[in-house]
Amino acid sequence: MEHLLSLFVRTVFIENMALSFFLGMCSFIAISKKVETAIGLGIAVVVVQVITVPANNLAYTYLLRDGALAWAGMPDVDLSYLGLLTYIGVIAAIVQILEMLLDKYVPSLYNALGIFLPLITVNCVIMAGSLFMVERDYNFSESVVYGFGSGASWALAIALLAGIREKLKYSDVPAGLQGLGITFITIGLMSLGFMSFSGIQL
Amino acid sequence: MAQQATVKEVLFNPVFNNNPIALQILGICSALAVTSNLKTALVMAIALTLVTAFSNLFISLIRAQIPGSIRMIVQMVIIASLVIVVDQVLRAYAFSLAKQLSVFVGLIITNCIVMGRAEAFAMQNPPMLSFWDGIGNGLGYSTMLVALGVIRELFGAGKLLGIEILPLIKDGGWYLPNGLLLLPPSAFFLIGLFIWALRSWKKNQVEAPAFRMAPQVSDREVY
Repeated sequence: MEHLLSLFVRTVFIENMALSFFLGMCSFIAISKKVETAIGLGIAVVVVQVITVPANNLAYTYLLRDGALAWAGMPDVDLSYLGLLTYIGVIAAIVQILEMLLDKYVPSLYNALGIFLPLITVNCVIMAGSLFMVERDYNFSESVVYGFGSGASWALAIALLAGIREKLKYSDVPAGLQGLGITFITIGLMSLGFMSFSGIQL
Repeated sequence: MAQQATVKEVLFNPVFNNNPIALQILGICSALAVTSNLKTALVMAIALTLVTAFSNLFISLIRAQIPGSIRMIVQMVIIASLVIVVDQVLRAYAFSLAKQLSVFVGLIITNCIVMGRAEAFAMQNPPMLSFWDGIGNGLGYSTMLVALGVIRELFGAGKLLGIEILPLIKDGGWYLPNGLLLLPPSAFFLIGLFIWALRSWKKNQVEAPAFRMAPQVSDREVY
């Protein structure tokens, strides 16, 4: 239990997906103009991440890894080279299913998250969550925690950035730095701030 | 599209006029993470250029056959297959490099440049032109990546491609390396400054400010 808790804290603060691995930058910058939409997208990422990382963990453990097909009587088969294709397939399918389910059963949530869901398939955070999970060899319960933590870390970062940008639009920025340029500098400073968490041992 | 773009246009426009990173805000994730030394930046640039070019070529070849409703999935499968090829080649011939790049090769799949060009260009244009568009956008991305890689490795570690250029103080030379450049935040600062430089040169890329300061209406002091 303690182990899982420290994994969670580590993923959210020390190994922040957006600020120390630079993942999901495209939507991180494009959708962070308003706090509300940023939080909406953040929640959508957390939800999708919690489902897809464990799902890909199962796919990896029972289908792809070396000797994983032993239960089907094929212990010598190593399908791990199909990993990338499988993960993106699983992600795309789950996002699609989630969108349909939400539309049917929870229309209010669908209206809030709906426009963000298609964007999420091509968000690198989701894909990276699955790839890191495989690379670091997490087991099932760790992968649930990791999925939640990495989603939450990204949501936290985008909400913070949106807050800063809302204030920033009233400030007098040099012409060439307007918009995208100053956003990058801001993210750099935030990332510098988050680096102060590094080295914390739990 | 009203008229067909020429090969030269699709090849060189993305480098400065319509740079995928600086203007279209695409594919930034990997641009930041792999540029702390030039070698990984170069490998990543080549890998991405090849994947973009060939995915554009193949998608454009079958663009008339792809049903509109499932085109995303079809594009995704083509791109993912190409990335698997790149990944396997890297693992076979440059294993230590593949370890260094870790998940970022796999993340080419979700790199918005590849998807974006497939969707915006290859679906409407003939195969060869799409291929050159892929190469062009890859070059735009590569320019940025290599520029960042050179600055970060040269001033952060005094080396280029592992060969010493600026002798370090601790080895008896004169250069004190700037450790910040090897850390993640420096990549953001450098891209921000790069965008600033590019936009001071090409004025038409400057974004309009969301708010302007109101002019001073009265010439008397407020108090």
